[in-house]
Amino acid sequence: MSSNKKVQELKKRREEVQQGGGEKAIQKQVAMGKLTARERIIKLLDEGSFNEYDMFVEHEARDFGMDRKKLHGDGVIVGTGTIGGRPVCIYAQDFTVAGGSLGFMHARKITKIMDHSLKMRMPLIGINDSGGARIQEGVNSLAGYGEIFFRNTLASGVIPQISVILGPCAGGAVYSPALTDFVFVVDNISKMFITGPEVIKTVLGEDISMEELGGARVHSEITGNAHFFSESEDECFDQIKSLLSYLPWSNTDVPARKEIVEPLEEFNVSEIVPADKRQPYDVRNVIRAVTDGSDFFEIQESWAANMVIGFGTMNGRTIGFVANQPLVLAGVLDVDSSDKAGRFIRYCDAFNIPIVTFVDLPGYLPGVDQEHAGVIRHGAKVLYAYSEATVPKITVIIRKAYGGGYIAMNSRHLRADFVFAWPDAEVAVMGPEGAANIIFRKEIAAAEDPDQMRAQKVQEYKEKFANPYVAAAKGYIDSVIEPWETRKSLLHALDVSGEKSVGMPMKKHGIPPF
Amino acid sequence: MSNKEKPPKKSPTSEPRMESLEIGSALYTTRLTSKFRNRELWQKPDKRIIEAVIPGLIQRIMAKEGDEVAAGTPLLILEAMKMRNEILAPVGGVVRKIHVSEGEMVPKSHLLIEMD
Repeated sequence: MSSNKKVQELKKRREEVQQGGGEKAIQKQVAMGKLTARERIIKLLDEGSFNEYDMFVEHEARDFGMDRKKLHGDGVIVGTGTIGGRPVCIYAQDFTVAGGSLGFMHARKITKIMDHSLKMRMPLIGINDSGGARIQEGVNSLAGYGEIFFRNTLASGVIPQISVILGPCAGGAVYSPALTDFVFVVDNISKMFITGPEVIKTVLGEDISMEELGGARVHSEITGNAHFFSESEDECFDQIKSLLSYLPWSNTDVPARKEIVEPLEEFNVSEIVPADKRQPYDVRNVIRAVTDGSDFFEIQESWAANMVIGFGTMNGRTIGFVANQPLVLAGVLDVDSSDKAGRFIRYCDAFNIPIVTFVDLPGYLPGVDQEHAGVIRHGAKVLYAYSEATVPKITVIIRKAYGGGYIAMNSRHLRADFVFAWPDAEVAVMGPEGAANIIFRKEIAAAEDPDQMRAQKVQEYKEKFANPYVAAAKGYIDSVIEPWETRKSLLHALDVSGEKSVGMPMKKHGIPPF
Repeated sequence: MSNKEKPPKKSPTSEPRMESLEIGSALYTTRLTSKFRNRELWQKPDKRIIEAVIPGLIQRIMAKEGDEVAAGTPLLILEAMKMRNEILAPVGGVVRKIHVSEGEMVPKSHLLIEMD
């Protein structure tokens, strides 16, 4: 039995640590429009579920007067709790304590909880709000980062890893989020960059603000580093909870089944897609027309929007959706969209999530900028990811699948399990216009009225090849279906794929076109 | 926990305006992204136009307008990232115009020297 005095001392010590960096620093944090690290954890986790560890850890730095400085919790709060009743590991850097700077013991607290999450097979959530390396601790601080990155890599594909950027995350620190699965940013709060505006100004003379350089919008729209954007921390926490509701807790687990609800009537799959293949529509509505309750949780919605990725459920099971988006850049494949789809396909494969692919693309984006940006190696990521994936893979060709794009979008040739096509679908080396121009070049050139001849030849080609039956005759398409049969066909295909088992050649690992 | 009650959010990158995009001889009606709109159009490089390869400081100018120089002649020194980069004449010819002066900070791709 502890004596009353000892209990009082414990209470006093706890209270002290829970003050973080003290009243003044907390006021500053609030003035910046930010919650404190502790508030964030409490808001994100199920009520009353947070258990804190390592709260009495102290740093061992001696130089630059650090021996006289006491840093509560060494600037980071770690622990376990539950979200939606399921256990998670969490850490939150405390900006009020020495700017959340990362010293050796700070890093050790993080790596301890990381080890725990990997060992216990549960998701890891890291809330980043830190000025960077604790310079007074020198190379020990760098060692800390390295230990974190190593664990991020080990845990990759084993447990879900989520990074939440709720403040600055600069220099080497950015590489932990970059190694994790999903990065959440909040407008005006998140700031991520390798080299800050001051250095850029001194060295290169370029004058740019933190927000313009690495704010939430930049990473959601331009770089693709962030997966989820929100206006407030509260909205961000809701997004994290939603995301987790689709995920398994590890690569040997399956996602929790959700309630089965029919799609909403407003998403009538037969009315969404215009017959004219050159007219746009929002492919997300096609996804909503087949998912339970028309629910679609989109990832990276503002970056490379010509490719749509995200989660939904069908018959209560989590499905990863990949779809060309005719609404943006006609749904072409390009450097960014290939990168986006490739990584998501690998995520689904690592976590046993079946992939449903909707295809409607004119091909790859032409242009010197694309060729010089390496569309060859980036485009190869999609081929690699689909070929390598062993989860159930089902494709629906909506209107058109031309050339290399047809092959890349989970074709039979990359071992799709089922390929469906709508009656309007065209599967061909290229669109009728381009094909007619090449095949009938001489006839068109020699004609009295070349335009009329071209139109006639395009029509001839369309009638002969612009349909799904040429590919169906070869068995490349398993079934041509009416649009309204899509959900039914997908549900059945998923049902019969439940026990899918395919072998891959033994290897240490492949060499994906990074 | 599900976000299904949320209405679909509009994507901030894609402007609502519809435009035409030609792919494989067909014109598609679609939105263009700002990234696509802002892409740099390729131009055939002209070796006689010398631009800053990196932002920095014009530390010293050795060339004078009207000088006839051989390919590889140092023309000026562009200091950037604590390195003094000698900018050499890419081709032989006459220095037609020098567009910078010593001590000037220049951004990347800033026109430095034109040669004939």
